Amino acid sequence: MTAQAQGRRVAPLMWRVARLVERRIETPTAQTLVLDVPGWPGHLPGQHVDLRLTAEDGYQAARSYSLAGPADGERIEVTVQRVNDGEVSPYLTDTYAEGDPLEVRGPVGGWFVWRTDGTAPVLLVGGGSGVVPLMAMIRARRAAGSRTPFRLVYSVRTPDDVIYADELRRRARDDQGLDVAYVYTRSAPEGWRGEPHRIGLADVNSHGWPPDLEPLCYVCGPTGFVETVADLLVGLGHPTRRVRTERFGPTG
Amino acid sequence: MGIVSPGFQGRPRSSASDLPPGQYLTEDFPVLSAGPTPRVPLDTWEFVLTGETGAEYRWSWDEMMGLPQDTPTVDLHCVTRWSKFGTTWQGVSLDTLLDGVDTDARYALAHSYGGYTTNLPLDDLRGGRAWVVHTYDGGPLPAEHGGPARLLVPHLYLWKSAKWVHGIRLLVEDRPGFWETAGYHDYGDPWREQRYQGD
Repeated sequence: MTAQAQGRRVAPLMWRVARLVERRIETPTAQTLVLDVPGWPGHLPGQHVDLRLTAEDGYQAARSYSLAGPADGERIEVTVQRVNDGEVSPYLTDTYAEGDPLEVRGPVGGWFVWRTDGTAPVLLVGGGSGVVPLMAMIRARRAAGSRTPFRLVYSVRTPDDVIYADELRRRARDDQGLDVAYVYTRSAPEGWRGEPHRIGLADVNSHGWPPDLEPLCYVCGPTGFVETVADLLVGLGHPTRRVRTERFGPTG
Repeated sequence: MGIVSPGFQGRPRSSASDLPPGQYLTEDFPVLSAGPTPRVPLDTWEFVLTGETGAEYRWSWDEMMGLPQDTPTVDLHCVTRWSKFGTTWQGVSLDTLLDGVDTDARYALAHSYGGYTTNLPLDDLRGGRAWVVHTYDGGPLPAEHGGPARLLVPHLYLWKSAKWVHGIRLLVEDRPGFWETAGYHDYGDPWREQRYQGD
């Protein structure tokens, strides 16, 4: 055993029993679950957890979910997008009830995170439920009293699909140094200027930061979305190491 | 057995399961990576094998294509819990690339265009279990899946199969790579569910 291997030995991430304490309806298909997790060690905004469900016969299914809020004692929040033919998400949105247990393991991930002592401007680009870990960063920024300039570009299909809609409206008004811009891909709200479109160069260029300000860019969403936005950012001159991505596969 | 979540039933149980624990089957080919997709032109592409003494072995794209080619059909297991069965690839076995390389190293650190790294024991690159692949499902490997060429080590979780592979360093001592430094397992055996450090 080398010294290095010994130095890196860490305790296994343990499964902890969590119970539902609150449910918030975010959109017709997305809900936020607030869980109480005794012994939760804390986490950084952008990290995720594994949730595990066990059936009566011992069968188990686990999925990863981004944490939606900053560290808050033994409370954690995840926002679940219901996937119609999914194995886990319909249970969580339709059946899982207050007080019911499930198991949680984490936090996981040390790259797609924002630290509240960071001072570089931050660009967040989210597609659909990809906004969840970005919202954790926005909430952490406010909770820490950070003045780091933040810009969020949020791509959704329709206005009804905006997760955290009221809170984002409030924060865009009250959180100094936070700008929020939307891109609608299918239908835009009344009075919106421009046509619905997929996110493109003009959106990233006009709502993002110029590369010479050396921003940190976080991009999260479905694969095609992340590929497009990351390519645009690199094309605009952002160094690849300043562009951090998280892609959502099928998670059901 | 874990704590039962009331009312959870899950999918119909499949009896003959080739799935490692905690995995589910997908027909898609999801993408997972930490940053933008590098674009590597073939005329400057190279693969570099670096021995623990610093000796280097280099192959250009044409030289790599000129080596004996394998066409493995393998199952993929991603740590994000999807598995995909029966994927077909074409590429060069690491046995071929390591043939004639004199080394006392026990570990390897794969490194990629774009800066990604991942570590694995050198033995796991031998014995017909690892390839540098450039063709997926009969066509050129798309950039988002690691093209022009990626490592393929299907008996370990897929993050060990470094996309956009540029080379491999042979090391006397293990050195954690990108995800391993961020808390993922140094070995990553899907059948023993070695997802995170300490598993």
